Amino acid sequence: MAGARGFVAAVWLTLSVVAALPALAQTPPTENIQIGLSTDNVSITAGFSGADLTIFGSLENADPLVARQGRYDVIVVLEGPARPVVVRRKDRVLGIWINLESETFENVPVSYSVATTRPLQDVTDPNSYKQLSLGASNLYMQPADAGDSPATIQEFTAALRERKTATGLYSENVGGVQFLSQNLFRATVRLAPNVPVGTHKARAFLFKSGLFVKESSAQLEIRKSGFEQSIFRVAHDYSFLYGVFAVSLAMLTGWLGRLVFRKD
Amino acid sequence: MGIYLPIAEISVNVFVLLAMGAAVGFLSGMFGVGGGFLITPLLIFYNIPPAIAVATGANQVIASSFSGALSHVKRGTLDFKLGGVLLAGGIVGSTAGIFVFGFLRRLGQLDLFISLLYVVLLGTVGGLMLVESVNALRATRGGAAPLLKKPGQHNWIHRLPLKMRFRASKLFVSVIPVLGLGAGIGFLSSIMGVGGGFIMVPALIYLLKVPTNVVIGTSLFQIIFTSAYTTLVHATTNQTVDVMLAFLLMAGGVAGAQYGAKAGQRLRGEQLRALLALLVLAVAIRLAIDLFVTPPNRYSLTGVDLG
Repeated sequence: MAGARGFVAAVWLTLSVVAALPALAQTPPTENIQIGLSTDNVSITAGFSGADLTIFGSLENADPLVARQGRYDVIVVLEGPARPVVVRRKDRVLGIWINLESETFENVPVSYSVATTRPLQDVTDPNSYKQLSLGASNLYMQPADAGDSPATIQEFTAALRERKTATGLYSENVGGVQFLSQNLFRATVRLAPNVPVGTHKARAFLFKSGLFVKESSAQLEIRKSGFEQSIFRVAHDYSFLYGVFAVSLAMLTGWLGRLVFRKD
Repeated sequence: MGIYLPIAEISVNVFVLLAMGAAVGFLSGMFGVGGGFLITPLLIFYNIPPAIAVATGANQVIASSFSGALSHVKRGTLDFKLGGVLLAGGIVGSTAGIFVFGFLRRLGQLDLFISLLYVVLLGTVGGLMLVESVNALRATRGGAAPLLKKPGQHNWIHRLPLKMRFRASKLFVSVIPVLGLGAGIGFLSSIMGVGGGFIMVPALIYLLKVPTNVVIGTSLFQIIFTSAYTTLVHATTNQTVDVMLAFLLMAGGVAGAQYGAKAGQRLRGEQLRALLALLVLAVAIRLAIDLFVTPPNRYSLTGVDLG
């Protein structure tokens, strides 16, 4: 019995070595990364107070040795739709704080959530991040008026990032990507309570020993659902009728209130 | 219990809003004012964006003034003709106000302008009312009867041309100050989200010499329509009216107003005015402090598409 099993194992080993030989002779298969979303649209309801979004992904052709040594790193980014933003700075005029300077930026992602296996500075060097424009601090914010001084633009860009981070729209979840097995991982990105609706882009970046290997992306639609969203849509699409409704509701409430609570 | 406001896009506590509405309603019933000048600052203190606080405040004012006006119609203390002329001016003022509102919003100076207007107006009206009511209180303590209106005494306003007769108010006066007053109130209504009763009532009494008994009803009548117009225009041009928010405030407000009106009957006029003056001043001071205190963050973000 024992001998038979040893024989089978030996045959299998030989076969696989033979099969692998031509591949080894050329280049080793490059790793690939895939991510999958369980749904392509997320509905937020009225009571939404932020949530964690889980994204699953897998590595293909992962080198078991590298995987065992933990030299694969994955960074997952969920980027919201881009919109123009005005950053304003308050300054003191006669003791009163007034919005004076402002800078408009085109195409600023409304939200930007990052999940990583390890702290960003441990994964790769700053230059690679810059090349990949990966990470909130490497996003390029295009000023609408390019004629402003670089110092001003830099100041307002920093303020923009700081405000976005403070409101939870830009977030970083170190350790948010976990390997479940050698080639299966799970990423948890944070959705802020005020996450914008629209098409979000999920991207996963694979690094091997600090070098960028491959990227994969998927799209996710975030929309609001429920009664409140209907109100929002009506207010924007049928704004006049909405106004008439608001006025009628107020008059009706005033009249009913008098009937119900009348004290005179 | 939290609720998500569809237009303001934030989650708030239902009971806080109902209580806010009820408290302001109580005060407005007590003092015979719409309460918009209290609601809008309170909403701003509660982190509702000022643009939405203003438009929704105007919407809320309709409910309380409609409720109040109904009882005045029943008592016959409403001058429809005077109210109509005030309203004609109000529509013009309100339209101008909406235009200025949108312009300031694009400039990023709307919040500052709203706060400044509130501080200046509430500070002035509150200060004047306090002085007047304290004098009246002193006079009554001294034994003399309080003298609010001096009939027969005319000022420059009564020498203007284009006179018109308002029978219910027993008034023969030029339409120019009436239209002007209406326009001024309309302007404030669209920029501050107030009905303007706290300016309209003293102006009608002291400037136009309208008999006190028809003043409140007529003022409420004009406020209903000016704020209805303001609400409509804000809803169509700026999409800043939050019906959910307005409804919660109204529901609390109409209940509070009826109890407030009853409580108000137990206090004397000059006591009421002194209390109202203190309240108005308190709101003005609170808003003024915010202007001068160093903000926790000097930078703010706004979407371009908003303006």
